[in-house]
Amino acid sequence: MIYSYFNLLNIVIYRIKMIKKILVILITTCTLTVNVYAGSDGELILKKNEPSEIKDCSETFNKASFALNQGLDKIIFKPVSSVYRVLPSPVKTGVSNSLNNLSNVVTIPNNILQGEFALAGVNTGRFIINSTIGILGLIDVATYLGFIEYVKEDYGQSLASHGVGPGCYLVLPVLGPSTARDTVASLTNFVGGDAWYNITVRNDTNYVKDGDYYASKVTAGVDFRAKNFDSIENLEKNSLDFYASVKSLYLQDRQQRILNSMKIIETQDDSDWEEIETQ
Amino acid sequence: MKRKFLALLIIFFSISSVSFSIEPDVFVQSTVNRASKLLGENISKDEKIEKLKLIAKETVDIRGIGFYTLGIKRKSLSGEEKKRYIKLFEKYFLKSFSSRLAEYTNPEIDVTNKEKLNDSYTIVNSVLKATKERPEINIDWRIYTKDPNNPLIRDLIIEGLSLARTQKEEFTSVLSSNENNIDALFEVLEDFSNN
Repeated sequence: MIYSYFNLLNIVIYRIKMIKKILVILITTCTLTVNVYAGSDGELILKKNEPSEIKDCSETFNKASFALNQGLDKIIFKPVSSVYRVLPSPVKTGVSNSLNNLSNVVTIPNNILQGEFALAGVNTGRFIINSTIGILGLIDVATYLGFIEYVKEDYGQSLASHGVGPGCYLVLPVLGPSTARDTVASLTNFVGGDAWYNITVRNDTNYVKDGDYYASKVTAGVDFRAKNFDSIENLEKNSLDFYASVKSLYLQDRQQRILNSMKIIETQDDSDWEEIETQ
Repeated sequence: MKRKFLALLIIFFSISSVSFSIEPDVFVQSTVNRASKLLGENISKDEKIEKLKLIAKETVDIRGIGFYTLGIKRKSLSGEEKKRYIKLFEKYFLKSFSSRLAEYTNPEIDVTNKEKLNDSYTIVNSVLKATKERPEINIDWRIYTKDPNNPLIRDLIIEGLSLARTQKEEFTSVLSSNENNIDALFEVLEDFSNN
């Protein structure tokens, strides 16, 4: 009885600590938002995140990191993904759906942070339906029911949508390309911002363990590599400077995700094409 | 009589200019169909590459892309350097472009929409259908329409990522790591084309 009481007390204290941390994150985010609010219109966001404007401040470190990642890719990700991509389509689709479903636990709080409350509601509905009827997300039932296309969001995108600039370009060992803003923002996942991390690594529950978290991250890496297998091989073979190509593609992709648009004229400065007229 | 003849001439030229004007979406679909048919043919990869190069020469504004790719550096090149650059760029582009495409076997691309940006550019949207190995891919084409009778491809935008812009940043990187020396870029282009 006394043991149960202390157990309950521990859980309550832990929850209070969690809420405190979330509050700290929210206050920090709000402070940043207020500081940068003046420049938070679409045009300014486009300008700040323009790929060619993002500086490669630690190029030597980044290139060393890039070489390490290429080595890891050759000995781990490439061989594993070449096996993964020949698995039957339903298996790959199921894995991909399941990973997408899991990412909702980060997307939903970020929909809220970006002021997209209706979208947060839609994604919550999607998550509940796919986790239950869709058997832990293996089947994307929500899409069959006519839900709008799922778009992932993260803490870096939320900061960017409030006008925080990307800072320098970074290549992280193992994790790959990023920016200073996105790297700092991703730390939110480890202090309560990612429910999947909380219930696995932080042992909020006994049903799943930390291995499940890391396995999901490695699987996501393999799934991405397999989906882009030919494109990556092709790019490496036909690039004059593979490092610069990856940097450009990553930053262009990031720009699109921040602006929630795939239309090139909305995500990139088009004026440099006009100059060619005079050539 | 002279008046009538002049009027007839004007009518003839205005009709012929209308009838030869090619819509950018029709141009993309016909180019894609040509390339797709070629890629589905039972010929060697090298033959496919050579035939793809011919299609690219007809339908892509290689010179325009070349100058775009060079960025601000093009403004400081001499006439002779420009000539050499365009020659080397064409070789590099055709090799890179055709060997990228030659990897695909019978790709199915459907044109879905188009958006006119201004008199010089139209973006044509298309979809590369999914296969067992890869999901469906959105491909947009930046078509240069300054001469409506002869539209030309200036960029391929795959899932929102511009190939021309990527190439431009690659070239900038090569130049900046070689103290902005154009000869270093010439050397890299030559090496790529000869290997």
